[in-house]
Amino acid sequence: MSQLKDRQAILNSVVADQLKKDHELPMMSVGDTIDVHYRIIEGTKERIQVFQGVYIARNHSGINETITVRRIVANEGVERIFPLHSPRLAKIEVVRRGDARRAKLYYLRDRIGKSRRLRDQRRGLQHVEAWEAGHADRVAASKAGQDSAEAAPPTGDE
Amino acid sequence: MTRYFTEDGRNIPVTVIEAGPCVVTQVKTVESDGYSAIQLGFDDVKPRRSTRSLIAHDAKAGSAPKRVHFEFRCDGDDEAAEYEVGQVLTVAALEGLLYVDVAGTSKGKGFQGVMKRHHFRGLEASHGVQRAHRSPGSIGGGGINLGTGPKIKKGRRMAGHMGNERVTVRSLDVVSIDTERNLLIVKGPVPGPVTGILQIKTPSRLYKPKAKAQAAAAKG
Repeated sequence: MSQLKDRQAILNSVVADQLKKDHELPMMSVGDTIDVHYRIIEGTKERIQVFQGVYIARNHSGINETITVRRIVANEGVERIFPLHSPRLAKIEVVRRGDARRAKLYYLRDRIGKSRRLRDQRRGLQHVEAWEAGHADRVAASKAGQDSAEAAPPTGDE
Repeated sequence: MTRYFTEDGRNIPVTVIEAGPCVVTQVKTVESDGYSAIQLGFDDVKPRRSTRSLIAHDAKAGSAPKRVHFEFRCDGDDEAAEYEVGQVLTVAALEGLLYVDVAGTSKGKGFQGVMKRHHFRGLEASHGVQRAHRSPGSIGGGGINLGTGPKIKKGRRMAGHMGNERVTVRSLDVVSIDTERNLLIVKGPVPGPVTGILQIKTPSRLYKPKAKAQAAAAKG
């Protein structure tokens, strides 16, 4: 019987190739307004639906990670939860950066009117720069990892 | 448990099972034991955690002491003769199977009432019911089969110990097999705790739709 940490390592390695790489996801944080491009399969046809809203929460970790996106449709709040690593989630685009001081923005559910909007994140702040630099490094690393993986079997599709 | 995304994005709940390597520690035949079976040993253990007789038993198969020994019945000596003592079985033995049966010991739930144990609906929340909202109600007037008499019919479902019993889950889908690390990944949950010991068998009798799917797969 393997030890707990070994078991966790086995579980992680089983799903490792299903996780989205860093360069497949944009630099985003809770509070941002994002476009989620989600593949909808109807019978044999496939189309992409875009859901735009405020990214209000991130839950779970690893392959189970999900994001909650909230938008207002016809004066009614709508929240959708997307499994971040699902192949059906085609792309995420950041539309607007928002300034959030907590990890879960559930308080937005009680806001009405203008107060629903979040402040734009102030650019040029030290932590933002550090964040961007860190993200750029991770993207470069993950791209490099993929390129070398593709170089070995030439049939890699990207 | 974890999850597995298919290429078209469907999300399958899966369980990862460490399946093997198992050593054949004994082959039982009708002549020697009165029935045919093979005994498998799984999971190395420190010798001081085993007993001298078991250590010697495993040593006969040329193996280190094993923590778990389990017998699988064979259809006659012919099938048992396919195995020899000391042979190592890995998850590769399951390759090509679409479905497996998985048996194990379920998690113990302790002494439970009839609502949890047998899915009774209990009594009403109001209309004069007091302190008996989760009780089973009438258990019969006795009369072993008729309803009149001094005894309760045998087999009447009541509160009692739940779980910690052998459970077999039939016809689980095999999602993938990792022969390198001896991992078997099946769809859905399996009995018992995370560290539980399981027995994996070829399906004894498939559920109908799965039997059809298997027949179709065998053809094409």
